[in-house]
Amino acid sequence: MALIELNKISRVYEMGETNIHALMDINLEIESQTFVSFVGPSGSGKTTLLNLIGCLDSPSDGEIKINGVRVNDFSRKKAAVFRGTNIGFIFQNFNLLPILTVYENVEYPLIMVQNVSRNERRERILKYLDAVGMTDQKNKYPSQISGGQKQRVAVARALVTDPKLVLADEPTANLDHATAIKVIELMRQMQRGLGTTFIFSTHDPKIVKEAEIIYTLEDGRMVTREEIGNPNIQAQEEN
Amino acid sequence: MKNIFKIAFRNLLRYKRRTLLTSLLIILGVVMVVVFSGISKSFKEMMIGTITDSMLGHMQIHKKGYVSSIDNLPLHLNLNQNQIKKLTSILDENEKAIEAYTYRIKFGAMLSNYAQTTNIRLTAVNPEMENKASPALVERIINFSGNANAFINPGELIVPENLAKGLKLKIDQEVVLVANNKDGSVNGMSFTIAGIMTGLTGPSGRDGYIHLDDAKELLRIYGPEISEIAIRLKDGDNMKSVSSMLNQDLQVITNKEDKPVFELHTWDQLSPFSTIATMVDLLIYIVKIILISIVLISILNVMMMSVYERVSEIGTISAIGTLPSKILWLFVVEGFLLGLFSVVVGNIISVLSLYFINLAEFHFSFGRMKDILLTTSISAQELVTVSIIVIIISIVSSFQPAYKASKMEPVDALRHV
Repeated sequence: MALIELNKISRVYEMGETNIHALMDINLEIESQTFVSFVGPSGSGKTTLLNLIGCLDSPSDGEIKINGVRVNDFSRKKAAVFRGTNIGFIFQNFNLLPILTVYENVEYPLIMVQNVSRNERRERILKYLDAVGMTDQKNKYPSQISGGQKQRVAVARALVTDPKLVLADEPTANLDHATAIKVIELMRQMQRGLGTTFIFSTHDPKIVKEAEIIYTLEDGRMVTREEIGNPNIQAQEEN
Repeated sequence: MKNIFKIAFRNLLRYKRRTLLTSLLIILGVVMVVVFSGISKSFKEMMIGTITDSMLGHMQIHKKGYVSSIDNLPLHLNLNQNQIKKLTSILDENEKAIEAYTYRIKFGAMLSNYAQTTNIRLTAVNPEMENKASPALVERIINFSGNANAFINPGELIVPENLAKGLKLKIDQEVVLVANNKDGSVNGMSFTIAGIMTGLTGPSGRDGYIHLDDAKELLRIYGPEISEIAIRLKDGDNMKSVSSMLNQDLQVITNKEDKPVFELHTWDQLSPFSTIATMVDLLIYIVKIILISIVLISILNVMMMSVYERVSEIGTISAIGTLPSKILWLFVVEGFLLGLFSVVVGNIISVLSLYFINLAEFHFSFGRMKDILLTTSISAQELVTVSIIVIIISIVSSFQPAYKASKMEPVDALRHV
């Protein structure tokens, strides 16, 4: 069973008397433990598609199943609980809470969403901060660290709840190229290590090559699906 | 919940200047209410104390209909021996609540210094009973020194200051009182001026005192007969309950027409100062309403700004999986903490302000009373009431912005720049 199943998904926004078709007739299946990219120019529907998969928005038509659960008709509360348990988010603008330290930002979903005990919390936070190389910065506030470091913290925050799926909407858009490559490599490394499914959107062709599967969107339609291959699988086959 | 408090507290510190200004506004409101209440209530209680302790007592009992014609000081509505006996028995039964009571005859007379004549209102008393029921009465007698239980003796007259000045009366001077008896005949007696009394709120300051025995002789009253019984309670705060209790006892005593023989009035039904006391209470309520408005508007404003400025953050925490109810609590607790901090600081400043006002020893005049020392006080109950008002209004005013935040669609909130 695929982790994500999208069946004839459409999303229409009503702007006064005009209807804007952000997504039209999208069919998609994404297996677990894959590293997937949505590419396409601005306005192609990448963010809308990520929002639908992330249970942040509901489709106008069609059906979405995540891990076998139909998520279309979730109430706000149910959607929040589902997101908190199954999905991690990484945002273009990092979206760290400025009043919390790096440590507390990573801690936030564990105390406000999952009610994890203090000891386990500490263990998990330090594990992920170490994994993203931010342990020595843990007491700093977001305003005291660089953009690349903020996105590393955001990666740790997205992973600390052990989600099945991490969604990253243009995670490198506000980073310089070298830092962007490092962040994508970090995400790839985490995906390999943890077996979490990562989906990120981008319009940067240099970054997209890291993905195993690339979906290209244009004007709200899925135009191509390109499978680069799973380097893990390839490595096993070579051995 | 602890984490909600931590995040709410950090958010308050995020905009320090704004939080401080809002807090200062609320603190100012709290100080205004508490200090105003402290001064005005103390003033009111002091004045009530003066009126009840030196003139009216906490309550008075008369024959039914007496108070409605009190301006005429009617002698035909006096209480007779049998009625006095019944009333005394009722009052003695309630000795747990009643500290003392006194018998009085009130009547009008003409006062003459052999050259000039004027009218005077007289209260005839037994000095020992009167001193127990009105312990502050002797304080109104200018330069009084002596036994307070014998502040007036037979043959003596205490005249009001106004009349003493008008007729140029002096201590030990002989004067004549002429009064109409109950049957309409006139009688006169000579008296010696034993004291001059400062006025309080009596009509035109024309209230004088003589001994009860002299009044009986002057009015040709044979046997026990009085106009009123003034009662002093052990605790003036219990006045309403004691008056209700006494009224129940009095209502069962009826005449041949099955109507009550007696009437009981509390001091506030007898003195025009009760209107001032009511106005003081009204002013305190108005100041409290101003405080509520200040807290409501300032917290509503600051919380609305907070929500507007943090739309993207609300989207983030919502996307991460924070429940709408927790988002609501984050903002409500923020408003609550702002109110709590302000009211605690406000109460401390208010109590210190009242303490320093007392230290400064301000003096003021009220009517003919001069050089009254302003002694302020505030009860713990009043501080708790103000605190509860501020905290409840803080929570209520944060609720609307908090509700708005909790209802935000994460996808819309994340799009907000």
